[in-house]
Amino acid sequence: MSEVKKVATRVGYGAALLELGKKRDDFIVMDADLAAATQTGMFKKEFPERFYDCGIAEQNMMGIAAGIAATGKKVIVSSFAMFAAGRAFEQIRNSIAYPHLKVIIGATHAGISVGEDGASHQCCEDIALMRSIPGMTIINPADETEAKKAVFAAIEADGPVYMRFGRLAVPVIFDEDYKFEIGKGVELKEGNDVTIIATGLMVNEALEAYELLKAEGINARIINMATIKPLDNDIVLKAAKETGAIVTAEEHSVIGGLGSAVSELLSENYPVPVVKLGVNDTFGHSGPAPKLLDEFGLRAVNIVEKAKKAISMK
Amino acid sequence: MDSATKKELQILACKVRLGIIDGVHSAKAGHPGGSLSCTEILTYLYFKHMNIDPKNPKMANRDRFVLSKGHAAPALYAVLAHRGFFDVEKLTTLRQIGSILQGHPDMKNIPGVDMSTGSLGQGISAAVGMALSSKHFGENYNVYTVLGDGEIEEGQVWEAAMFAGNKGLSNLTAFVDYNNLQIDGTIGEVNSAEPIDKKFEAFNWATIVIDGNDFDQIEDALNKAATIDKPVAIIAKTVKGKGVSYMENAVNWHGAAPNDELYEQAMNELNETLKSLQ
Repeated sequence: MSEVKKVATRVGYGAALLELGKKRDDFIVMDADLAAATQTGMFKKEFPERFYDCGIAEQNMMGIAAGIAATGKKVIVSSFAMFAAGRAFEQIRNSIAYPHLKVIIGATHAGISVGEDGASHQCCEDIALMRSIPGMTIINPADETEAKKAVFAAIEADGPVYMRFGRLAVPVIFDEDYKFEIGKGVELKEGNDVTIIATGLMVNEALEAYELLKAEGINARIINMATIKPLDNDIVLKAAKETGAIVTAEEHSVIGGLGSAVSELLSENYPVPVVKLGVNDTFGHSGPAPKLLDEFGLRAVNIVEKAKKAISMK
Repeated sequence: MDSATKKELQILACKVRLGIIDGVHSAKAGHPGGSLSCTEILTYLYFKHMNIDPKNPKMANRDRFVLSKGHAAPALYAVLAHRGFFDVEKLTTLRQIGSILQGHPDMKNIPGVDMSTGSLGQGISAAVGMALSSKHFGENYNVYTVLGDGEIEEGQVWEAAMFAGNKGLSNLTAFVDYNNLQIDGTIGEVNSAEPIDKKFEAFNWATIVIDGNDFDQIEDALNKAATIDKPVAIIAKTVKGKGVSYMENAVNWHGAAPNDELYEQAMNELNETLKSLQ
């Protein structure tokens, strides 16, 4: 078996900005002194005159982005998820989302796979925060390919878009033929015993879980839910009806993220067991990212356990 | 400024003040004090200074205005109405269900409002973004904003000031409505940002200190600001509640509506002023 190619989704994001920059000059990219880390540095190097560094002032950066968007121009702003969704929440809510301005927020270093920087930088609450804002689109790509395609889709989208990227290099799952559409989940594996709805780096774990479950005679359906808001209600309801049990998997708190979105939809429309896999209402800590994913139970084996639990509750 | 122009502006300002009191009284809520203090600034900008067109409020290369102290919405709405962006009769629908005139400026639904504001400290960042956009895309319009003297206690104001100074946004002019009062008392009693001019200067802005209720001084300051190759802060000393005797320099009229009796008194006073001008 050949070695799996691994690339961080933030690298896909940076590469997509660079590619976009070569095709069009109708947008501005901004960062808050983290261009090397968020990967907007690729764009900055090639197009320094179209890049503005706001310095370490994320709240002001969101406001500036709102002002640019209010003049009818496109703008992409970047920081770590903690400081974008977290620190600048109210600026995103009031200056960007309330007037429904077209600002793309590229938030990197999401989740505990930030690793060594520890809990202060491991944002597992950003999806919950952004989901609570009316009109916000939230995209959490699974791999480099999807990250790029999501950026190309976001620049054409209406209103504010929050894009969530990771620091850790993760397997590239999709090839160039992969079709990405905002608001559409993608069924990656067919199955009727249970459905695993995963997002971000948990999609690859879900695909591994599929094989583990199959070896035990369980046929799991695997859905990649890159867009968390607006949620693809149809694909979730169909899965609930056809498989009768759901597992959600995300590198985010079990409060307010994908698991909550799926639970909220199903509890009101088609109640079936939903078992959530995520960070269990706790802070992370320092350590190598892969070890943290093991420790916090964000692995294929953990999905397998949750799948069995969900099936037992049918 | 010739005396006819000045009189014309003073009459307009008086009509704007009548609109403010009418709106806040109808709403039984709102912020009259800080609306009355910045009336001359807004009136001058919209009637004499900015490149705008009430018939084409989204004109691409128009000058932009951001009311960073968004709670002075009654003043902005009255100015926009009298400038022809919408009917003056609408002013009495302020803050009511079904009205476009939200408690704080809403760019989505109010003709002439360039930015939604209300959460203090955020408007100036948007104004900075607009000024940057103007320069970056070569559209060469100017951007104006009005901050409250209490508002500048927000740290985001100084993040925005730092950026504008660093990037040399000479097409940006920020007024500070320096009426010396905020909700909990005088700005000195609460948490003063004084000296205000020195702070902006430290962030590489030029500053001009004026009487912000005097049209001559507003005009001179804006003309001077246009020649300066830096962002300019105009520190406008004003009277909170200006034009209504019992509201002047009275902290309790920051965010309260007059009852029917006091409403009549305010309207009578303003109508007297109007009559004396006409």
